Amino acid sequence: MENKILLDVKNLHASIDGKEILKGINLQVREGEVHAIMGPNGSGKSTLSMVLAGAPAYSVSEGSAMFHGKELLELSPEDRSHEGLFLSFQYPVEIPGVSMVNFMRAAVNEKRKYFNEQPLSASDFLKLMRQKRAIVELDNKLASRSVNEGFSGGEKKRNEIFQMAVLEPRLSILDETDSGLDIDALRIVAGGVNKLKSDKNATIVITHYQRLLDYIKPDFVHVLYKGRIVMTGGPELALELEEKGYDWIKESND
Amino acid sequence: MSSITQYIDIYRDNAKALDDNSAPVLNGLRHKAFQALDSKELPRRGDEGYEKTSLEDMFAPDFGLNIFRLDIPVDIAHTFKCDVPRVSTLMSYVINDKFVAGTATPDRLPEGVIFGSLAHESAAHPELIGKYYGTLASLDSVPTALNTLLVQDGVVLYVPRGVKLEKPLQLVNIFSSPTPLMAVRRVLIVLEEDAKAQLLICDHTQDGERRYMSSQVVEIFAGRNASLDIYDIEESSPLTSRCSQLYARQDEGSNLVVNGTTLACGSTRNDYHISIEGRHASSFLGGMAIASGHQHIDNDSCVNHHTTDGHSRQMFKYILDDEATGAFEGGITVFPGADRTEAYQSNKNILASPVAKMHTKPQLLIYCDDVKCSHGATTGQLDQNALFYMRQRGISEKTARTMLMQAFMADVIDTVNIEGLADRLRHLVEKRLHGQASFCSDCALSK
Repeated sequence: MENKILLDVKNLHASIDGKEILKGINLQVREGEVHAIMGPNGSGKSTLSMVLAGAPAYSVSEGSAMFHGKELLELSPEDRSHEGLFLSFQYPVEIPGVSMVNFMRAAVNEKRKYFNEQPLSASDFLKLMRQKRAIVELDNKLASRSVNEGFSGGEKKRNEIFQMAVLEPRLSILDETDSGLDIDALRIVAGGVNKLKSDKNATIVITHYQRLLDYIKPDFVHVLYKGRIVMTGGPELALELEEKGYDWIKESND
Repeated sequence: MSSITQYIDIYRDNAKALDDNSAPVLNGLRHKAFQALDSKELPRRGDEGYEKTSLEDMFAPDFGLNIFRLDIPVDIAHTFKCDVPRVSTLMSYVINDKFVAGTATPDRLPEGVIFGSLAHESAAHPELIGKYYGTLASLDSVPTALNTLLVQDGVVLYVPRGVKLEKPLQLVNIFSSPTPLMAVRRVLIVLEEDAKAQLLICDHTQDGERRYMSSQVVEIFAGRNASLDIYDIEESSPLTSRCSQLYARQDEGSNLVVNGTTLACGSTRNDYHISIEGRHASSFLGGMAIASGHQHIDNDSCVNHHTTDGHSRQMFKYILDDEATGAFEGGITVFPGADRTEAYQSNKNILASPVAKMHTKPQLLIYCDDVKCSHGATTGQLDQNALFYMRQRGISEKTARTMLMQAFMADVIDTVNIEGLADRLRHLVEKRLHGQASFCSDCALSK
């Protein structure tokens, strides 16, 4: 028996500043699956992640995105998060003056509130932070600093996976998580993602390069081009793209 | 008719009563102030230096003055419990414009230190107080002259040579009157050579239904190597106006911190005149303003470097919500010969609503080559990327906005040197940003 459908995107159209970027996306993700979305620059990969997460700058003109039975597009960004959607940002935002601890405490407790649970006690919260930090080997010193402020590229991405570990999402979208990472950092970040994988959650990996997929093995590879998914295959498709580039995709779809 | 007329009339009709209920040192300047005001009017919106604030309007309501020093009953203990947790201070009160001693009694202060009623102490020490009173506050300023004309009491803090106060002092200004009232408030601070003090001032309004006005003049003399911190927190009401002029003179090597916070007000105008007259003196002038509704906050600074090797820094931050308006006009003047001066100024503002307005005008006048000076002003919205990032992590928009606004004020609060007060200010700002009004009955500084 196939696993349950977690995300079901149908005919999704979205635009920013009046320019249509997504032109009818169809995508089904089941529990336990890893999907890779690849494609040339400007094809709409990051737009898809931002639209699913509910970034206010984008407007959806058509389509739907059912997330375990709830219409994602009708929820606020924070409620999408509570329902189990996590976006690892391509460019994690620096927030001077907001400490990592306060940031995570607010995130954890607002989620608990959403599910009518009491806030975590200070000691339980700190214990949780300690446990989850270990998954991505995040230095305690970073935890006492402002969110992402002065973090190196690798530290920012590790911090994203740390937050993912704390929030335990049902669907994680990793947007270009490998960009700016050296090989050691890549191994740690990918290792963290793999540790968090279960048969109840799912991952969408957005990437330019096949490299990350050596570490996070996808079940499906989709090629996004000009706002549509133009090809879907297994892991071997990523290798083929690595070898042949995107030109042959462009030629057959222009 | 100009609104100054009613005050001139009050003076004319009550000159004797004003004198009889005050002290000779204060009375001594009244006539000079009266002459200075001859054919003058209060600045109106748009006048030079008052581009966004009309003192004419601020003084226009028919305020009463308590010339005969009637006792207006106020049960401080019942209505006001201002024990700042973890901030241990010696406290006194100014009820409207009358000094009332609290825990800051003479026996708890080091020998020679005076912290008391300006009228009373100037009668007891006319030479000492007379040497300083009114010598910095310029009668060319109409609101300062008006204050000098009508003032009957105030507060004096005198710290003799070499005395360092361990405990911070606190002055609680309270408005309490059954009728609209103007309080003419005056503060004189003298720190002699090597003296040290910290003073926390907070403004409260007992009754949010009544219209009040405070006319305030503060004079500060920081002697050689003296160190003075003043933290001034206004938490009044939408019907309270405040017009305050602060004048400070710094001698060689002195260190001055002036930090003004406006958390709740009606219409507020604060003028800061800092005059650096001794070498190697340094000053920090900070301001934090949070306004919502129809509140208006205008801070004007003027830091004058007259001697070499001076150091000054100004940092003013505003968060304006709803239809609130803010103004900042900040000046630095480096006079000829004030070589090796370092003077910096920054004004950053957040408009939290589409209709809030901010006016900022930084000014640098440098008549000297060997200086380091800078100024910068920015006005903008909250960082939308940060807001979305936080919401993606499940933090509600409201909480995320509050956290970002608090973060915005963090560096001003970090400059606070009184132990425990920085934490308290963080809490007050958080509370304020959550939209909780704080009047004396639920004083944010109390538990």
